[in-house]
Amino acid sequence: MADTIADTRRLFSKPQNLNDAYGPPSNFLEIDMSNPETVGVGRTRFTTYEIRLKTNLPIFKLKESRVRRRYSDFQWLRGELERDSKVVVPPLPGKALSRQLPFRGDDGIFDDSFIEERRAGLEQFLNKVAGHPLAQNKRCLHMFLQDESVDKTYTPSKIRQA
Amino acid sequence: GYFLLAPKQGPVMSFFSFGQSAEIDIVLKDAETRKKVEHKTEDGKKDKYFLLYDGETVSGNVNVTLKNPGKRLEHQGIKMEFIGQIELYYDRGNHHEFVSLVKDLARPGELTQSQTFDFEFTHVEKPYESYTGQNVKLRYFLRATVSRRLNDISKEMDIVVHTLSTYPELNSSIKMEVGIEDCLHIEFEYNKSKYHLKDVIVGKIYFLLVRLKIRHMEIDIIKRETTGTGPNVYHENDTIAKYEIMDGAPVRGESIPIRLFLAGYEMTPTMRDINKKYSVRYYLNLVLIDEEERRYFKQQEITLWRKGDMVKKSMSHQAAIASQRFEGSSSAEKALAQAQAKEQEQ
Repeated sequence: MADTIADTRRLFSKPQNLNDAYGPPSNFLEIDMSNPETVGVGRTRFTTYEIRLKTNLPIFKLKESRVRRRYSDFQWLRGELERDSKVVVPPLPGKALSRQLPFRGDDGIFDDSFIEERRAGLEQFLNKVAGHPLAQNKRCLHMFLQDESVDKTYTPSKIRQA
Repeated sequence: GYFLLAPKQGPVMSFFSFGQSAEIDIVLKDAETRKKVEHKTEDGKKDKYFLLYDGETVSGNVNVTLKNPGKRLEHQGIKMEFIGQIELYYDRGNHHEFVSLVKDLARPGELTQSQTFDFEFTHVEKPYESYTGQNVKLRYFLRATVSRRLNDISKEMDIVVHTLSTYPELNSSIKMEVGIEDCLHIEFEYNKSKYHLKDVIVGKIYFLLVRLKIRHMEIDIIKRETTGTGPNVYHENDTIAKYEIMDGAPVRGESIPIRLFLAGYEMTPTMRDINKKYSVRYYLNLVLIDEEERRYFKQQEITLWRKGDMVKKSMSHQAAIASQRFEGSSSAEKALAQAQAKEQEQ
């Protein structure tokens, strides 16, 4: 009895809608961080970064948004996500305490190269977190990315879609 | 002086016995024409062994060759055993024998010269397939023993048993929709749920919703060996294969085909609860990886079975042997006689 040849034909599948094939992908989410600005004087100085978001994900209320945030805001966001979600939250770029000590030869935490290093690390952090399915429905993330300012007395909740 | 208490085995001990010793050699009937297969040993090496099937008669002869010709070999009896046993590695002392047959070849006496003995175990039941795994081993072997007062002389010969199955009557496809709400929905389909070891897995992944940045998709075959019962259950997972099926970002409506040839991988048939001691199961693991290295996966069990290369006996004869063994009824015996008569006619 001859061995039957295995049937390796593809399974039937619906032809793809051309709109779906060539239209913009449904997963568009771009987050950029730029324009660091140091505000304040003396010991109360701090640096803020501009966060620009562009998306077509339905879960984001604004398809384009622009906010300014500082490092401690990122620490707050990370804390909220660690506590409130099942996400393994990636680490932030370092606190750089040594740069805050006196008698340094450079500008400490307001040094241009340090700010750039921190900006890149924060941008990477945000992209990792904002794309995570379990972080995407958290109120704290949306408030951080799209609200004018971060209200640390907010009520933690999930974003629900109808 | 003092006696060294020697263990009851083989050639090393002949150093201590003052007298005659012998070498044993087991030869299977039809050894020249019988098929041999490769089988892994416990240390990972591969060796070739004679292949036998369930219901087959195991016969041959044993050559007992005296080491010192001219001297007599006194013995307490010569016997041949056919044994099927399961050995759990964490419980080495206990061998669980599920088949144990013995044939006496010679009554206690003496051998004055080298001698050959015939043996035959008719229609031996070999219900399970030979298996060497991570934590358990199932083996079949012949063991010839020349019993003596102080130390026995014995020789073992391992054989390999394959369990064959016929095409399953019911072999439904596996089709399922899975995903993460509002982020990723896929429908995966595999053409069958039961595959033979040289089969091809034909399937497809259909993307219903893609709001994640998927970079890569692969299908893994995972073998899971489970030993032990109750609180002492050990699972050993082994990824047998990793097969990339998509490189790049999919969009909604896209269908990715799967064509995975199983013959290239070292696998065994699915073994469920063998003698209540262990199981070996196989799973297809569909893995999607996104731009941030996050992994999304869905595991699905498949049943693997072994297809026979050749039909040695007619199907009716095989069925008749099987039913006689399990039912032991007169009607089954009649069926066996009928099938045998039919075979002889042809």
